[in-house]
Amino acid sequence: MIEKEVVVIGGGPSGLSAAVEAAKRGAEVLLVDENLRAGGQLFKQIHKFFGSSAHKAGVRGIDIATELLEQARECGVEVWLNSVVVGLFNERKVAIKRTLTDNSEKLEIVQAKKIVIATGASENAVRFRGWTLPGVMGAGAAKTMTNVNRVLPGKRILMIGSGNVGLIVSYQLMQAGAKVVGVIEAAPQIGGYGVHAAKIRRAGVPIYTSHTIREAIGSKSVEKAVICEVNDKWQPITGTEKILEVDTITIAAGLKPLIELAMMYNCKCSFIPQLGGWIPLHDENMESTISGIYLVGDATGVEEANTALEEGRLAGIAIAEALEYISLENARKLKKEIWQRLNELRMGPFGEARMLAKNNILTGCKKQ
Amino acid sequence: MVLREIGYLTKKELVDSNCYPSEERFNKGLVVIIECTEEIPCNPCEAACKFKAIKIGKPITNVPILDEDLCIGCGVCIAKCPGLAIFVIDKTYSDNEGLISFPYEYLPLPLIGSIVKAVNREGKVVSSGKVIKVLNNKSLDRTPVVTIAVPKEKLDEVRGIEKLESKDSK
Repeated sequence: MIEKEVVVIGGGPSGLSAAVEAAKRGAEVLLVDENLRAGGQLFKQIHKFFGSSAHKAGVRGIDIATELLEQARECGVEVWLNSVVVGLFNERKVAIKRTLTDNSEKLEIVQAKKIVIATGASENAVRFRGWTLPGVMGAGAAKTMTNVNRVLPGKRILMIGSGNVGLIVSYQLMQAGAKVVGVIEAAPQIGGYGVHAAKIRRAGVPIYTSHTIREAIGSKSVEKAVICEVNDKWQPITGTEKILEVDTITIAAGLKPLIELAMMYNCKCSFIPQLGGWIPLHDENMESTISGIYLVGDATGVEEANTALEEGRLAGIAIAEALEYISLENARKLKKEIWQRLNELRMGPFGEARMLAKNNILTGCKKQ
Repeated sequence: MVLREIGYLTKKELVDSNCYPSEERFNKGLVVIIECTEEIPCNPCEAACKFKAIKIGKPITNVPILDEDLCIGCGVCIAKCPGLAIFVIDKTYSDNEGLISFPYEYLPLPLIGSIVKAVNREGKVVSSGKVIKVLNNKSLDRTPVVTIAVPKEKLDEVRGIEKLESKDSK
């Protein structure tokens, strides 16, 4: 059996940050990611980030990713790509389906002292008649195809959902040459930032609030979409149907945390809709209800890249402290600074619900 | 109708949020307009301005406030704003025309000297415009800044141009 001090599951912004903070203080870190390249969602974030200079505000996500990967390399983080963690077993044993350099696969069991679960989240589905036609996909899938694989999924897009993902992906699809025929939003108000909405409105894209999709029509793939208004009980209003000529329907209806590994290990979870669904509880060190298992990023509640970066840093420092690579005093100071930045990121009307939810997680974890 | 419902700001909302320079300041020359009225955690504009004309402070969710006397309208903040919400307006360009500079992250970029269709915040064409300048250097980090001349009375409305046809036949 292979032994590693720290195993980080998932190489997105939270996992990479945790790996870097632990490794640069001397811990032996193995990072496992199922993709051909680490970086998580960051390599799809071609837009400039918000936040403050501590969050690399104004820098494009793709550039932050490149920098993080470089830091991980410099700190000596060992990375297994194209490899999947298939299970967590007693006493922190991690089962990994590892792909070797000759592309053969091997099942490895790694004994870890500390484990970081940074598995992120997956897209929610919206079901409607015709939703299985080619051309219907998640907004994240469309974003990956466009920004990473340089393939435009379609030419005439209907976006379902006006949160930040729906608004930003609409903009990016336009940058890639598609026409966004419309954005629909079931709520009476736009979900994402006003500045994101303004960018696409300026480009002539209509945003239909209080609208839903009834049906996708087409023989072999999407050719049209039927949308209609909804009343204040979210029910479709007959007679308000509009037909839009589209070849692609992208769904941006929220994300839910990927928590199977946490549940497998019996980490206590709570159902918190504001954060995307079932959320594993954690304390101020990002440690779960099970000692030695840490949770960071979207896996502990769907937020954004900046909070993922900070939570990852927090766990990395807490792990370095637990393994005695950093003094309690230094750790306390660093963690305090991170919590200040996390609180700032969760301020304002867009962060309030998440701030409250995250505080409830901390309280809930204490009670266990 | 407000920003949350229609997805764009009206001039009234901007003026009410203290986001609009005074006419007096407009008549002195180039000045910045920051069309950002919501409390989101974001402050690269404050860091971008070397004249310290943009103030956010703490917490970083504060709405940016422009000191119109310190602002010289240099436009460095335009490409730094992740929300693409900053514009520079020059109402003193000529007797009839004024200039507006805006971030433009689409291809193809317009050609200097060409005539374009200027759009308002709703994306509706409200005027034609002439492209005076197109900046796309490394410091802008892939956010080109386009400057067009439009009739002066359209400057409160115009915030961009209609997307140009791609020469790509793909």
